[in-house]
Amino acid sequence: MTQIIFITADEQEHVLEADSGSLMELAVANNIAGIDGDCGGVCSCATCHVHIAPEDKARVGEASEIEADMLELAENVTENSRLCCQIAISDKLEGIRVTVAEG
Amino acid sequence: MSDDNQASTAASGGCPFSHSQGVGEFADAFATVRSQQGTMDIDDQNDPVKMVLGLKSVRKAAHNWKTFQSGAIPGRIVVPSEVAIRTIRQLPFELDPPMHGDFRALLEPWFKRPLEPAYQDKLITTIHRLLDNVQNKEVDAVSDIALVLQSQALTTLLNVPFAESDTWISWGTHVFRSEDNPLDADKANILYDYLDEQINRARKTPSDDVYSLLCSAEVAGKKLTHDEIKGIMVLTFAGGRDTVINMLTNTLAYFADYPNTLALLRDKPEFITSAVEELVRYFSPLTHMGRVATQATEVEGQAVDQDSRISLCWASANRDERVFENPNEVDVTRKMNPHVGFGFGIHTCLGAHHARTLLRLWIQALIERIDMISVGDFEENVEVWAGESDTVERKVGFHALNLTLKSIADKQ
Ligand code: HEM
Ligand code: FES
Repeated sequence: MTQIIFITADEQEHVLEADSGSLMELAVANNIAGIDGDCGGVCSCATCHVHIAPEDKARVGEASEIEADMLELAENVTENSRLCCQIAISDKLEGIRVTVAEG
Repeated sequence: MSDDNQASTAASGGCPFSHSQGVGEFADAFATVRSQQGTMDIDDQNDPVKMVLGLKSVRKAAHNWKTFQSGAIPGRIVVPSEVAIRTIRQLPFELDPPMHGDFRALLEPWFKRPLEPAYQDKLITTIHRLLDNVQNKEVDAVSDIALVLQSQALTTLLNVPFAESDTWISWGTHVFRSEDNPLDADKANILYDYLDEQINRARKTPSDDVYSLLCSAEVAGKKLTHDEIKGIMVLTFAGGRDTVINMLTNTLAYFADYPNTLALLRDKPEFITSAVEELVRYFSPLTHMGRVATQATEVEGQAVDQDSRISLCWASANRDERVFENPNEVDVTRKMNPHVGFGFGIHTCLGAHHARTLLRLWIQALIERIDMISVGDFEENVEVWAGESDTVERKVGFHALNLTLKSIADKQ
C-alpha cells in the first residue's frame, strides 16, 4: 500500500492509501473536497487540479503535452500544477503530500 | 460538396459491412475548412458569425470571457440568432462574471444531485421500465426511446412528479423550433406558458421541486424575479432536450453499426466511463455556441471587429487531428480525451452531470439486456452552415430511426 496525503483548502490533511489507480480516483473515492473528477480521468475537465511540492516533482514526472495545454487555461495554475487523474499511484509516490488547487 | 443539399436525408437499412454508409457514422464535417482556414464565416440574419474550428483556439476563446462575452442582448449568442423572437435572458448562460458566478453558485449544488445514489436508482428504474416497453419490436429511437427517456429523466433532475413527462413528451421533438421555420416564436410560447403556470403554482404551494427552490432563493442578496426564474428554466428545457435526444439516439445508431463495441463494453464494463466521454466527443450534440466581441481582436490570425460574433465550434474542435489520434474513430478505451463536447471555461455545461450519468446508466442497461440492434428506415438530421465561400453539412442526429432492440433474454 502506498500512502498519499491530500491537503485541502481548509488546510486539513487527509492520509489515504492505495496501490493502484490514479490520484484522482483515490481522492474522489474518499470525497476529497475540490477534486471532482467530472470527466472520469480522460483529461477533459480540469476538476482534479493539484499542486505538487517542488521537491516531489521529479518522482511524479512531467505532464504530457495534452495535460499541459489543459493546465495553461486552468484557474490558479502554477509551475507546480498537475491534473491528478494523470498521476498513477505506485510505490514511487510513498508518503507524498499533494495540495488541492483552489477554484 | 455532395449533390444532396437538403436538411435531411432519408435512407433505408443499415448495412453492417459498409461502415462508411452506416447509421453509426458521423463524419467530421469541418475537416477541410478547419485545416485550410481555421475559421469559417457564415451568414445569419445580417449578423454574420466567424466559427472558430481548432481545439486550442476554441478553448482559448472560451476561456477569454472578457473579450468574447455571453452577456450580449438575449438570443444573440445563439446561432441562428434568436434576437428577433425572444426577450427573456437565459441564465446563467447569457451572463458574464460576476453575475454569472452568482447564479452558477446557486444552481450548482442542485445540478450535482445526479452524483447521488438515490438519484441514480431513480434513473435506473426509469431506464428498465422503458426497455421493458420497447425491446423486441420495431420502434422509432427518436420519438419512442430518446424523447421518452430524456423527458422522464428530466423529472428526476427537476424533482417534479413523473407524470409531468407525459406533457413534455406530448410536445414532440420540435416543440421549441418549428420544423418549417426554426425561428417560429409561437412554438416557444408553449414552453413559456407552461413555465409561467409552474412558477406561479410553486409560489402558492411550495414543494421540494426546482421551481420552489428558485422562488425562495436569493442571488446577491435579492430574490429572483419571475423572468429570471423563467430564464433559468427555459434553458433547462431547451438546452437539455435536443442534445440529450441526439446523444441517446446516436448511441443506439452507433451500437447498431458496431455491435463489437457493445460486446466489448459487456466484457469490460470498466470502460463505460471513457465510452461516455468518447461518444460525447464523437457526436458533439451541441455543434457550436456564439460569443460577441467586446473589443476589436483576432482569432486564428484573423481580424474580429468589435461587436461582431464568433462561435466556438465544439464539434469541429472535437475532431482536431492535431490533438486527437484517429479523431474520426470511436475508441471507447481512449485514455486522453480533452474534448469540449460540454463546452470549456466558466460556462461549461451545467447539465453535464445529468447527461453523463444518464448515458452511463443507459449503456449499463443496454449491455445487461440487449444482444443486438437492427436498423430499419431512418431519416438523418443534417445541419447546414453556409457562408459566401463555404457550406458545411453536419449530421447531428436523426429525425427518425426505426430499430429493434433484441434482448439477450429473448435469444436464449
Ligand atoms: C449531451 C448533452 C449535452 C451537451 C452536449 C451539452 C452541451 C453544452 C455546452 C457545449 C455548453 C456550453 C455553452 C457555452 O459555452 O455557451 C452547455 C451549457 C449549458 N448546458 Fe448543456 N449540454 C447537454 C445537456 C444539458 C442538460 C441535460 C442540461 C440541463 C437540463 C443542460 C444545461 C446547460 C446549461 C444551464 C448551460 C449553461 C451553463 C452556463 O452558462 O454557465 N445541458 N451545454
Ligand atoms: S478528472 Fe477530468 S481532467 Fe482529470
